[in-house]
Amino acid sequence: MQVDLTHAILAIVTGVSEEGSVEPGGTAPVFHVGDEEERERVAKYIGTVTLGSVHDLRNGTYLIVKH
Amino acid sequence: MSAEEQIISVVLGTLAGTGARLFMLRIDYRQYPSYPQGLTIHIALGAIAGFLGAVAAPAIMEREFAAATFLALAATQFREVRNMERQTLMNLEESELVPRGLAYIEGIARVFEARNYLAMFTALVASTSVVVVSLLGGAMWICAAIGALLALVTMLVLKPGVEGPHVGDLVEVELAPIEFDGPLLTVGGVVLMNVGLKEARERYLEDGLGVIMTPKGPNAKATMANIGQRQAIAHDASTLVGVTKEIDEPHFTPLVRRDAKSGRVVLAIIPGEKSPQALLEAVRRVPVLEAAVRKPTLSVAGKMVD
Repeated sequence: MQVDLTHAILAIVTGVSEEGSVEPGGTAPVFHVGDEEERERVAKYIGTVTLGSVHDLRNGTYLIVKH
Repeated sequence: MSAEEQIISVVLGTLAGTGARLFMLRIDYRQYPSYPQGLTIHIALGAIAGFLGAVAAPAIMEREFAAATFLALAATQFREVRNMERQTLMNLEESELVPRGLAYIEGIARVFEARNYLAMFTALVASTSVVVVSLLGGAMWICAAIGALLALVTMLVLKPGVEGPHVGDLVEVELAPIEFDGPLLTVGGVVLMNVGLKEARERYLEDGLGVIMTPKGPNAKATMANIGQRQAIAHDASTLVGVTKEIDEPHFTPLVRRDAKSGRVVLAIIPGEKSPQALLEAVRRVPVLEAAVRKPTLSVAGKMVD
């Protein structure tokens, strides 16, 4: 029997930690990347590796979710 | 009833049953049943079903009631056909880029079971008519001719009955552009998903096609709301026009979402071949799943809502 993790946030890619940001999560690792373009690249690479979808929260945060 | 007549009745019945199964067995774009192994299985089962149907009438004529009862028992074994098909398709589901969905699988499995019963019924008609005509004193060739003719009529009458309606019968299908509201992919104002990557959004805008399905009535609206029906549309559309997606690109999975207010259903897909008309035709030809059909307007409450 194959067991799969679905409907779960696998990783969070967000800006550099500052006041008001949520830390440290607990369910998924948080990647802090300052540069916007670099952030999207990191999100894309994590998505490819984990076969997850990359979702944009439009506040500079990307969620990688397994559907 | 002479031995020759019995043989004619059984052989003709078995042939009619096998013929009916072959007549209803189509190998089309779905490649299911797969050629040639799947085909062999179903022709063999059809022949067995035909034989079962064919033996019933002569057995009763010989007052072999135990044999007739046993045949009825054997017929119930065809329930296994449904289980077999379901199991096979469920095992294959993981290897599909766009899965069929459980409702579609269940629909296919039911069709296979039902068609075996229809083959059995055709065989029963053929062999019974041979028996009846021979009892009325008809010559052997007349028995055979009437049996074959009635079997043919049964087949032709049953055939359209086993083909259900298509999505095109329930909805008006039209093309619509894919648009983005920030990262939100929308077709005709209905949000389908959040596409986070810029390059993925660009590819949707460049190569993607959107389809809006507007239900023709309350019954169609209720049927199209079924999640299994929508998955079947996504699966068939991507089988027919292809889909540009790899396993590490889940954001290119074709999705079918519903506008809860209007009941309209939309599809977004990046087809393998960008042919809008082919996509529309593919969507229209998707079978309406038996399990998805709802007819609220047949009830008093449903009529009041309409």
